[in-house]
Amino acid sequence: MGKALVVSKHPLDDVIRSDRMPHIWCPGCGIGIAMRCYAQAILESGIPLDKHIIVSGIGCSGRVAGYMNLDSYHSTHGRAIPFAVGLKLANSNLTVTVFSGDGDLAAIGGNHLIHAARRNIDIKIICINNFNYGMTGGQLGPTTPHTARTTTTPYGNPELPFNLPYLLAAAGANYVSRWTTLHVRQTKQDILFTFGKPGFTFIEILSPCPVGFGKSNNIDEGLDEMEIYRERCVLADSVPMEELGIDLREERPIYIGNFVNRQQPPYKPVQLEAAE
Amino acid sequence: MSGRSVLTGKHFMHGDQACAEGAIAAGCRFFAGYPITPSTEIAEHLARRLPEVDGVFIQMEDELGSLAAVIGASAAGTRAMTATSGPGFSLMMENLGLAVMMEIPCVIVDIQRGSPSTGLPTMVGQSDVMQARFGSHGDYEIVAYAPWSPQETFDLTVHSFNVASRYRVPVLMMSDEVIGHMIERVVIPPEDQIPHWECKRPRHPPDGRFDPFLAEDADLVPPMAYAGEGYRVHFTGLTHDEHGYPVMSAEAHQRLVTRLVEKIRRNADQLIRTDGYYLDDARIVVIAYGCTARSARRAVWVARQRGIPVGLLRLVSIWPFPEQLVKGLASRVDTFIVAEMNLGQMIREVQRHVKQPVKGVFHAGGALIPPEPIINAICEEAVTHG
Repeated sequence: MGKALVVSKHPLDDVIRSDRMPHIWCPGCGIGIAMRCYAQAILESGIPLDKHIIVSGIGCSGRVAGYMNLDSYHSTHGRAIPFAVGLKLANSNLTVTVFSGDGDLAAIGGNHLIHAARRNIDIKIICINNFNYGMTGGQLGPTTPHTARTTTTPYGNPELPFNLPYLLAAAGANYVSRWTTLHVRQTKQDILFTFGKPGFTFIEILSPCPVGFGKSNNIDEGLDEMEIYRERCVLADSVPMEELGIDLREERPIYIGNFVNRQQPPYKPVQLEAAE
Repeated sequence: MSGRSVLTGKHFMHGDQACAEGAIAAGCRFFAGYPITPSTEIAEHLARRLPEVDGVFIQMEDELGSLAAVIGASAAGTRAMTATSGPGFSLMMENLGLAVMMEIPCVIVDIQRGSPSTGLPTMVGQSDVMQARFGSHGDYEIVAYAPWSPQETFDLTVHSFNVASRYRVPVLMMSDEVIGHMIERVVIPPEDQIPHWECKRPRHPPDGRFDPFLAEDADLVPPMAYAGEGYRVHFTGLTHDEHGYPVMSAEAHQRLVTRLVEKIRRNADQLIRTDGYYLDDARIVVIAYGCTARSARRAVWVARQRGIPVGLLRLVSIWPFPEQLVKGLASRVDTFIVAEMNLGQMIREVQRHVKQPVKGVFHAGGALIPPEPIINAICEEAVTHG
């Protein structure tokens, strides 16, 4: 038996509330990986931890706010973005990140999502997409693929899902990317990049939800979904935005990468010139 | 550019404008709102005025987002407000509960119109007073003021910001279309005479152990740290402990919700405001608030000319309700009349505290209740109890 390697301090101790561990997420869930990427990007950002703010909504991904050792706000369902808009406009020196899920951001919060993108507010959105409502036990979400089974679509989903990058590009976001929880280096690097990218930025992170979504759709374990990411993800430079829709159950590419990188100036509140 | 924040002097302005100027005088530097009659003038006025004082105005996509943005701005330490009317007030109930739970100060103005639903957008109502009290889900107490003039709108807006900061609560300004659009003289005092109550702040610099929900004082108000100051606070709408961490237990819930409710109840004397006319020897007491109190005062004066011993209790704060005062009156008067522009809301609160039968003078809304029906009610009661 080798001697156990004992470390007194984890590299992320400063940025994660270790007194809140263990977290609530299920085995195989990808949210912790995405949170780890966010935490690492914060450490590498050079921006003081005190100036990083996290706002989240409700749901599994919304719990990230409670685990980050930052000024953190766990707001109401769907309202993380407007909460963050107010906070950012009140103190423009802060780096404000909204970390939430696809249901929170794109369904109940969909109106705020498109309007904050349209205004190009300087907030950073990290959107976990696990294709369903995880916290409440695997219901239909705005990203659930057509015909997929959830607890509220027992006969298959009769709806069509959002293609989030396409939606955000059309709404006016300055920066739109997609990664998966398999692509941890790219995800961390992209989050880090958006901290320095003015305006509204949106990173979609595909994440396994084996308990909520996978079990009903023949993706049994978190690792099985990671395997799908490994086999089918294709870095997309020039795929038309309307082709970016995802159905994990189909044998076709899952496009990932950066899709939008505009240089539009971010929203600025009206400032009057000083009188002569 | 820094313009004048306090427009000291005598003005001729309507209630909505007085509300906006009261907000700026109180130090409000953030407004997020959505246009809705009859409150829109507040947004329009602040869209022009806030940039003059380096404040932020943003028109949001809806009222859900408006109040969320206001709470976010206040979390960053800026005095913040929104203004709306009935339909928007309904949408704000969700985040009103969040402000209660997170104990984040803010001011919400409701210029009431005829309701329910879209109702009478351009015409007056007073039918949101019970929604003001109970509209968001869960147990909470609320602070709500009802001005009866543009001058009082200015004064109470300043006061609402002070109460919000001092007690870390959302404060409601329950005005109405008549007061919002009424033009009268408004005297704005010199800047150094505008009352300013501070928000309680951390007593020590950040050391990683600040508890933003630990109330050590008798007033049950914990100190507030703002985003970006280094205290690394966690605010959640979930039931939480003194540190702000979620705790899913009956004990934690009982402790938190009880304190939030007691915070208002225990400080009720500082929050309640009333106004009285001819109450000293009154045998009949009319209770009214907002625009209806103007007709009620006239009615009481006319009845006094006829020798009827009637007085007016005007509720300046509708919540908390002046329970002790009304109970005191009940011990020595014959009867109460409640005049309000709804079909019987605040009368329920009066009935809870008095043994006498309480007569109502109601109207569903759309036009000011004139003095005559109130005079008639007073005369009928005078005959009954004469």
